[in-house]
Amino acid sequence: MTTGVAGPGVAEAGDAAVVAPSAAALAPAARRSRALPAPVRALRPVALGVAALVLLAALWELVKAVVPEDGWSVGELRVLPRTTDLAMPHVTEMLARLGEPLTSQPGADPLWLAVLRAGGTSLRIAAVSWVIGVVVGFGLALLMTRFRVARSAVLPLVVLSQTVPLIALAPLVKGWGSKLELGFTWEPWMSVAVIASYLAFFPVAVGALRGLTSPDTLHRELFAGYAASWTQELVRLRLPASVPHLLPALRLAATSAVLGVVVAEVSTGMPGGIGRMILEFANFASSDPAKPWAPIFGAVLLGLVASGAVALLGTALRRFRRAEVAA
Amino acid sequence: MRNTTRRAGLGALGVVAALALTACGGGSDDQAGSTGSGSSGDGGLTPVKLQLQWLTQAQFSGYYAALDQGYYEDEGLDVEIIPSGGDIVPQDALANGEVDYAVAWVPKVLGSIEQGADITNVAQIFERSATLQVSFADAGIDSVADLEGKKIGSWGYGNEWELFAGLNKAGVTDFEIVQQAFDMNAFLAGDIDAAQAMTYNEYAQLLETEDPETGELYQPDDFSVIDWNDEGTAMLQDAIWADAGRLADDAEYADTTVAFLKATLKGWMYARDNPQEAADIVTAAGSTLGTSHQLWMTNEVNKLIWPSTSGGIGLVDEAAWDATVEMALQTSNETGATIITADPPETAYTNEYVQQALDELTADGEDVEGADFAPLEVELQPGGN
Repeated sequence: MTTGVAGPGVAEAGDAAVVAPSAAALAPAARRSRALPAPVRALRPVALGVAALVLLAALWELVKAVVPEDGWSVGELRVLPRTTDLAMPHVTEMLARLGEPLTSQPGADPLWLAVLRAGGTSLRIAAVSWVIGVVVGFGLALLMTRFRVARSAVLPLVVLSQTVPLIALAPLVKGWGSKLELGFTWEPWMSVAVIASYLAFFPVAVGALRGLTSPDTLHRELFAGYAASWTQELVRLRLPASVPHLLPALRLAATSAVLGVVVAEVSTGMPGGIGRMILEFANFASSDPAKPWAPIFGAVLLGLVASGAVALLGTALRRFRRAEVAA
Repeated sequence: MRNTTRRAGLGALGVVAALALTACGGGSDDQAGSTGSGSSGDGGLTPVKLQLQWLTQAQFSGYYAALDQGYYEDEGLDVEIIPSGGDIVPQDALANGEVDYAVAWVPKVLGSIEQGADITNVAQIFERSATLQVSFADAGIDSVADLEGKKIGSWGYGNEWELFAGLNKAGVTDFEIVQQAFDMNAFLAGDIDAAQAMTYNEYAQLLETEDPETGELYQPDDFSVIDWNDEGTAMLQDAIWADAGRLADDAEYADTTVAFLKATLKGWMYARDNPQEAADIVTAAGSTLGTSHQLWMTNEVNKLIWPSTSGGIGLVDEAAWDATVEMALQTSNETGATIITADPPETAYTNEYVQQALDELTADGEDVEGADFAPLEVELQPGGN
């Protein structure tokens, strides 16, 4: 079934980008592997992931070995980076550094533990941002589905909102937060959560709108023929139909939330998280070159965990993941 | 069947939301712990927010020492020290009423004051400038004039004015400004001939780095250093700024300012007399700088303050102020812009409050000038560890 008849919810051009990955994400994981025993099947993605990491590490070392120390330049323009130990430390060195203590301060945590701690702080904030982003994004999508006027008025604003650079947003949000009288203290992490949710709501708003407006005219006319109320149509037709569009949007929102938290931490200087650690360790890029890579690995791990958590949510909603859209 | 599945889906959503919310509670506790006591005063303490101009590090050891040693509490203050990040401008946060006091460099704030920020310098903490321009000893850059035709590193964002004042003064016009990152890699790789460095941070980064030719750490002899204090184009750096409007109208805020300055100056005296303890206090407050780097920073910052030649820590020296203002008026950067176009208002600095604080401290028998101050010899370890 495809959305052959152009209903009122014809996809906006921007939606394509959000929906495109859904096809791959939604395709039931490799049916042909059904022949394999269950434990092997479960380990397959993990093994592939590890293989990809090993490949990346090998590629890194290959570049280090092949490209000259001073990089490779075309005229004045350097097209391949320097490969000195300062610019690109060996993989083994970066891993070894993770096992060493953060500083020589007695009782200092090993670096990997400090990174995981910072990652935990950032992940918690990202989870809050994700929830805010999903609630706001879904609310906007509902509003835009229900009222044609709202769609005309709000959708351009939603798109426009993403053109405001975070650099401009961060001091504003921090400033507003400190002046709000909410009956509780506005903590720095709340500013970070708000800034990150500003990035996270966008894919949800667009994806949910696309999903909620995806049912065929045929189906909607059937509901109209039964004199179903809008709420009934929403609950029994639109919401189930929106799931295939919503899941990739939720996953995008999760990675946006993580990215937003890291950037907002750098921007506002909030202590404790992975973004701040990246900023702080930049100090040691010359004297301890492997150290600044640790929080970068932490940020990557954070993105994987966040998107994995949302994928789990997808399994709970598997019932609705019939490929309604032949995207 | 259909209903149960849907409920399961909604249930999963609910669980995720609940997890996120409980997690957020945990997060808030962590944050409260790392940013000092909250802003809600208890036991009749006056809540005060201080905005720093960078991350938690020994550059601000005096404030952290005053907090840790209970000096603020002794003065009836509940101080929250707020570190800054990439996009937070302390003088803007102060002018917008988000905080009560801010730490910032004088030339940067002069620009903000001309743009309408009604704030005033109530204590000039750093008497000397910490900005250097560092080159390799064999590059032949021994004076500002030698920068002619060179690639000069600068962080920009208002950190470049002493450099331009020096270049203008020496009549150097042919040079290339290279945007410099937080590390010294571009300098070590030769992309920059003379890099900007603070005595208390980037210069130490160089001395913590292994020289690939010798396998040992770089030594001070390996570098040639241009110090703006010696070139006569030093500008005033870390100062404490307060809201000028509130100082004029709000007697309570004026009293709080004296109390805040008194405790802060006492914190700096603690850092002077106990540099290792002060460095450890900053590390405990959440800085991840290495132990030797932190102590180096504490020691170098002490050198910027002590001995005080202005009559006591925090007093604004009129001649130094006038020199900074004069350079802010005259110095043009690579785009031809100057920091300010007219003299700042009378309210741009005042010694009224810091003098009261100094008088009280002197009456308590404290040494506010540190004439006998002798800096440590800090040995830097690889990576600053």
